[in-house]
Amino acid sequence: MVHQYKNNGYNIVLDVNSGSVHVVDDITYDMVPLFEAHTKEEIRDKLKQSYPESDIFECYEEIQALAESGQLFTKDEYEDYIGQFKDRPTVVKALCLHIAHDCNLACRYCFAEEGEYHGRRALMTFEVGKAALDFLIANSGNRRNLEVDFFGGEPLMNFEVVKQLVAYGREQEKIYNKNFRFTLTTNGVLLNDEVMEFANQEMANVVLSIDGRKEVNDRMRPFRKGAGSYGLIVPKFQKFAESRHQEKYYVRGTFTHHNLDFSKDVLHLADLGFQQISVEPVVAEPKEDYALRQEDLPQLFEEYDKLAAEVIRRQREGKPFQFFHFMIDLEGGPCVAKRLSGCGSGTEYLAVTPWGDLYPCHQFVGSEPFLMGNVTEGVKNTQLQKEFKQCNVYAKEKCRDCFARFYCSGGCAANSYHFHGNITDVYDIGCQLQKKRIECAIMIKAALAEDDGQL
Amino acid sequence: MKHIKTLNTKKLQNTVKKGGCGECQTSVGNQSCENK
Repeated sequence: MVHQYKNNGYNIVLDVNSGSVHVVDDITYDMVPLFEAHTKEEIRDKLKQSYPESDIFECYEEIQALAESGQLFTKDEYEDYIGQFKDRPTVVKALCLHIAHDCNLACRYCFAEEGEYHGRRALMTFEVGKAALDFLIANSGNRRNLEVDFFGGEPLMNFEVVKQLVAYGREQEKIYNKNFRFTLTTNGVLLNDEVMEFANQEMANVVLSIDGRKEVNDRMRPFRKGAGSYGLIVPKFQKFAESRHQEKYYVRGTFTHHNLDFSKDVLHLADLGFQQISVEPVVAEPKEDYALRQEDLPQLFEEYDKLAAEVIRRQREGKPFQFFHFMIDLEGGPCVAKRLSGCGSGTEYLAVTPWGDLYPCHQFVGSEPFLMGNVTEGVKNTQLQKEFKQCNVYAKEKCRDCFARFYCSGGCAANSYHFHGNITDVYDIGCQLQKKRIECAIMIKAALAEDDGQL
Repeated sequence: MKHIKTLNTKKLQNTVKKGGCGECQTSVGNQSCENK
């Protein structure tokens, strides 16, 4: 399967099943769609009005050479393989610890409903957190790299327990030959020097929530009494990012129907000095005034194109920043097994509530049909676990033949459930945005390769 | 090649035999394999 498109003056041909990316001239771009179904002579007859015969035959030979070397028109022979791969015993490698079901902000789009997740306010005790880490170690099999994300609500409302759990994890990893990777998400309200120092020592990544321009951020991320949070958090986030040497963090925002010109928010964050940025589309019920709509897509596609051009421009000017959804590793990316099996929600990755209940991921927390068990007794709902285990790219009709399947892994199970009532569909608006972002990300690679003299 | 410039040499089909160790981070397009 081949996907070809034009973007920013580049003709790009993606060989989906090998992952090979080719930047081609016009004659190749016109010949690729003809190659598999026509003879060399038929192709010559179709293209001879536009190109010299010598170029046509020369180009044909180049395409043929790539096809023979497994870099073009590669077949998808992974479906049986991924089935066998998913039959292996389930191990748990990552937990999302809901360390606080409480929040000091009242963000309008928050799926956790002011941090409470459709339930009551609660803080995780050290005992529950300790049991969660014990559960993770006991169920991790021979996996060495384990991940624990401190999430909420607002995790810093329970910072003492965060510190205690990190200390406990560091003790246990020596005993069991494991390697804990701790991460933290915060809205910044309670961020201070002590937290920064601790995070810089212990957290492999921190996520700092801010939406962009002041009016955009404060409209969606107010305190409970209505005041905006921008003025309080920006200086602290700037200090935090510098203290981490501008790496191993993201400022992370959400764009909505109210700021379809979101590229301005990304660039605002870049102009504030942040170099690791993610601004992502809101996922909301269609009834919400801020929800993205199908008719918003053309403008959003334009915004991604504008942003991609700006990423290239700033890179060339020596003022680079990373945009999370444009980051793509064409040379060292993950194996096929990883690409097709996705995030591992409900199997390798679980969320833990403050009272120790297990859910497939943070977005299912509070939805009782998805309660999987608890940290003391383990996973009890093995039928649900099995459903998530079978949820891969080939289980989703809309993904099986999609060019983006090796870059998105079939999308988010929670989004599918919230829009279609099952985990094997896709959230259609998110899917279309994802495909656009992948096209932009590959185009950026082409432009930067051209700068390096590779084209 | 005159008409085609290829950006990458890694081929996904070559990761089938050696892949699947599961030691990489939870995600997929931008991460790097840590067990090459």
